Amino acid sequence: MKKLIKSTLLVSLSMAAGFAFAQSATDDIAKYREMIADGNPSELYEAAGEDIWAKPMGPKNVSLQKCDLGKGPGVVKGASAELPRYFKDTNKVQDLESRIITCMEKLQGYDPKEIISAGFEKGKRKDVEAVVAYVVTHSKGMKIKVPNKHPKEKEMYAMGEKAFFFQGGPMDFSCASCHGEDGKRIRLQDLPNITEQKGAALGFGYWPAYRVSSGNFWTMQRRLNDCYRQQRFPEPIYTSDVTIALSVYMGVKANGGVMNTPGLKR
Amino acid sequence: MKKIHLLTSAAVAMIASTSLMAQSAFEKAHNASFKENGIAKLDRLERDDTQKFCSEPAALAGKGDPKKREAIEKANMATIKQPSDGKYLGDWKEGEKIAQSGRGATWTDKAGTPNGGGCYNCHQINKKEISHGNIGPSLWNYGKVRGNTDAVVQYTWGKIYNAKAYNACSNMPRMGHYKLLTEQQIRDVMALLLDPASPVNQ
Repeated sequence: MKKLIKSTLLVSLSMAAGFAFAQSATDDIAKYREMIADGNPSELYEAAGEDIWAKPMGPKNVSLQKCDLGKGPGVVKGASAELPRYFKDTNKVQDLESRIITCMEKLQGYDPKEIISAGFEKGKRKDVEAVVAYVVTHSKGMKIKVPNKHPKEKEMYAMGEKAFFFQGGPMDFSCASCHGEDGKRIRLQDLPNITEQKGAALGFGYWPAYRVSSGNFWTMQRRLNDCYRQQRFPEPIYTSDVTIALSVYMGVKANGGVMNTPGLKR
Repeated sequence: MKKIHLLTSAAVAMIASTSLMAQSAFEKAHNASFKENGIAKLDRLERDDTQKFCSEPAALAGKGDPKKREAIEKANMATIKQPSDGKYLGDWKEGEKIAQSGRGATWTDKAGTPNGGGCYNCHQINKKEISHGNIGPSLWNYGKVRGNTDAVVQYTWGKIYNAKAYNACSNMPRMGHYKLLTEQQIRDVMALLLDPASPVNQ
């Protein structure tokens, strides 16, 4: 808990430095962070996720306890610090969410299509989100170590880089419009420069997070989904190639940084 | 009439097939990753020359082929329509509202609702508004510093209408070219920047 308070304070401090002339608004945000720092509401999602992980469920009535997130069946500790990665059994690069869905399909017998077409917080997707909260908590404080060795991982990194700079829509936006330079803000919101290690770690290392303004837990997929909404793009399909490719791009760029998940965001 | 229809559909089919053929492996995988939602259709992924050019990191950073850059700026310049009645300045109070609103054009927005300009997202404008971004330059005292000669007025209109006419890979949306703002809305934003009575110029 001490660690959490410390990192929260650090974030508050860096935010305060970012908008020195916006003192009052910054103070309010910092105060609010301190108020809720004693209990990141993500803990509720994490607890639910821990139960879902261990409970026999689905058509096959099996738990997720043998789910292989990349470090062997059932190993949760440190798993999300090394995702996305290539998985031999699916012959795909998968992020945490697509991998959990694979486990729900293969171990428990759920239909992945239903989870993919459901909205956030809807149906079985809600369980995926809770399991994400549980898993990422077990990488807190660990070094980000997203692999980029397998040809398919390299392919996804290259796709992620292209997608990051891909301009489209009626406003000509790409990810780089907001996240390509140091020291930029939208209104008072600091924007990490994801093209460099430091900024990439600020993005990758603090999501998934509890998001105060919307009062709920957001996975990385949801974070990316809302970025695309604001980019005025069509909607990215849940766990589609572009979403995983962007996670690979960000994660590899962020390597060496620290996982602070689940984060606590505006 | 029938003939024209036939011709048009043949032309459309041709354009569609050539653009399909020209699609790279990346574009295919990228396109397949999205679905339409509400007003945000898949055609938003079909890039014009400007968007294609500025999707290259080097071009975005101001490098890349200078001839191509010049051609893109020229093509964008040609899209700029000066106000139909020659009136450039509207109501700065309305302009302030438009500058404040970042609404519009997302898949959660309804068709037909007026867009905001989202100006404060990236620019300081009226200093009283402390919640402003910094992706674009400060516009505080915009008119006071520049005056409002015809040249300044026309440049400002053009910049709001299609910023890519002046800087091929500017981060600023092409508010007039993509009909994000109406002509009257642009007049109102113009007044916010240039009207001597606007709080921006105090």
